[in-house]
Amino acid sequence: MHFLKLILRNTLRHKLRSGLTVLGIIVAIVAFGLLRTVVDAWYSGAEGSSDTRLITRNAISLVFPLPIKYQERIRKIEGVTAITHASWFGGVYVSEKNFFPQFAIDAKTYFDVYPEFLIPPAEINAFLIDRKGCVVGRKLADTYGFEIGDTVPLRGTIYPGTWRFTVRAIYDGAEAKTDISQFFFHWDYLNETRKKATARKTSRKTDWVGVYAINISESNRAAEISNKVDAMFRNSLAETRTETEKAFQLSFVAMTEAIVVAIRIVSFVVILILLAVMANTMAMTARERIGEYATLKALGFSHHFLAGLIYGESMAIAFVGAIIGILLTFPVTDKFSEQVGTLFPVFGVSLETIYMQAIAAFSVGITAAVFPAYRVAQISIVEGLRSIG
Amino acid sequence: MESISNPIVHIKHLTKSYRRGGQIVSVLTDISLDIPSGEFIALMGPSGSGKTTLLNLIAGIDKPDSGTLKVGGIDIATLSEGELADWRAANIGFIFQFYNLMPVLTAFENIELPLLLTQLSHKKRQEHVELALSMVGLSERMEHYPSELSGGEQQRVAIARAFITDPVILVADEPTGDLDRVSAGEILAILKRLNSEMEKTIIMVTHDPYAAKTAHLIRHLEKGELDVTD
Repeated sequence: MHFLKLILRNTLRHKLRSGLTVLGIIVAIVAFGLLRTVVDAWYSGAEGSSDTRLITRNAISLVFPLPIKYQERIRKIEGVTAITHASWFGGVYVSEKNFFPQFAIDAKTYFDVYPEFLIPPAEINAFLIDRKGCVVGRKLADTYGFEIGDTVPLRGTIYPGTWRFTVRAIYDGAEAKTDISQFFFHWDYLNETRKKATARKTSRKTDWVGVYAINISESNRAAEISNKVDAMFRNSLAETRTETEKAFQLSFVAMTEAIVVAIRIVSFVVILILLAVMANTMAMTARERIGEYATLKALGFSHHFLAGLIYGESMAIAFVGAIIGILLTFPVTDKFSEQVGTLFPVFGVSLETIYMQAIAAFSVGITAAVFPAYRVAQISIVEGLRSIG
Repeated sequence: MESISNPIVHIKHLTKSYRRGGQIVSVLTDISLDIPSGEFIALMGPSGSGKTTLLNLIAGIDKPDSGTLKVGGIDIATLSEGELADWRAANIGFIFQFYNLMPVLTAFENIELPLLLTQLSHKKRQEHVELALSMVGLSERMEHYPSELSGGEQQRVAIARAFITDPVILVADEPTGDLDRVSAGEILAILKRLNSEMEKTIIMVTHDPYAAKTAHLIRHLEKGELDVTD
């Protein structure tokens, strides 16, 4: 009890210094948490992917489409339980800064393959019967204020013209990591419009899709079924490349790997700066109290007791900073998420990030006390007492 | 050299030197001294004469280069750091010139501090501290922090802390050096009482001839050598 009392009172002895150190820890822990959350958001697509879902795309590049007729051939492969397709639309809502992903989908099959998108039955029926209807994610609806019945105009960048869609359904995510910032509409509507444009020779090919999403019976058959799909279309006009949904999502992350690595490095640099601040505080504290530590030693207190006082004070400061920092990470990331809109579909502080923040603060608390504790253990009582007066 | 049967402190041919700026400076040279139990001895001498060093050696917070140093029959120079810490906690009470109280602890808590190294219960510790406070006349100030006490009061707290564990020896390094004449007189009176009523052996380093007169025995140190003068 006296030990804890001493630690607490010593911690509060220089309120300004302790307060500023705690403030430094809070800022560093929040910054660390925010940066880790950004990194997590980068990988959210891969994290939210299913083990039993494969993605088939054009072997040359994602930019090149695949024929719609592949769908029925793939469906017949043993082990495939469901198949659907999606095509990137790339439209602009009002201005370029309002980015969100838009896909032309096979309305009848898409939500069977992606059961994590939760839509009320009445709304899905309304979507299915309206070829100009669309389904928007809850985050998207909240960000832009979309409601059922609203018209959403998109200016096509790949497909020219202004496309108008009516919101027929708003989907929620089955899990926190489900992307609820997407926009879906009927591929049939897109394809028919392109057919008309083709007739006028103003559009690209028709009856093509961007990617196929395939559900398989068992996750351990992913490689086997992927090989079967790709073998089926080898030497065809549009060869395929099939991979797990996670690998597919990670291929996007790989394109921006350098940014992710930079953010990761900065997040650890923040912790190193924090360590320097904390170590400086503890070194100053121990230096000022050398006389007191020498007195305690003279009275018979052991090196371990004195080291405990220093470690305790360092940990107390780190603990308070960590708790406030972790708690503040939530509103700060929420504010950040608001600012970046739908750029990061899933943006939330993960449990892993909280653990890492706590571990970082704990490590800093321990490490910052190592040198002062060692110094106090080594200093002779006579030398220490000489510093008084 | 003095020879006393069963002295509480037995020093023979003691030497001590320090390394300062690459040079070895001899502080104590061939010191021999026996202090009987229950004695009140004052060590006097000019600055740098080695009196504080001798006190530190007797108190077990420094180690001699050579010679014999026995306190209570134990050759403390042979004890390890851990053993010395335990030995000091049980046998030595420290009184410093600048009191050396913990500024974050109250008078009560400062006095209680050495008792934390004992097996005494909280209740027993409280009784001991209250008794010690009354002995130094500070019962009313037990909840005060050192910064709220005068120099004399702080030194009285330090004295209470020194004898709270009932040690064999009290070592006092310039206990009145930072005090006015009145406060110094009060401190010396308390030390005298501890010696006469509680039979504590007191070894006091002082510059002050007035303080030294309180002791039964005065020993002078000059350039690291003991000059025997009663």
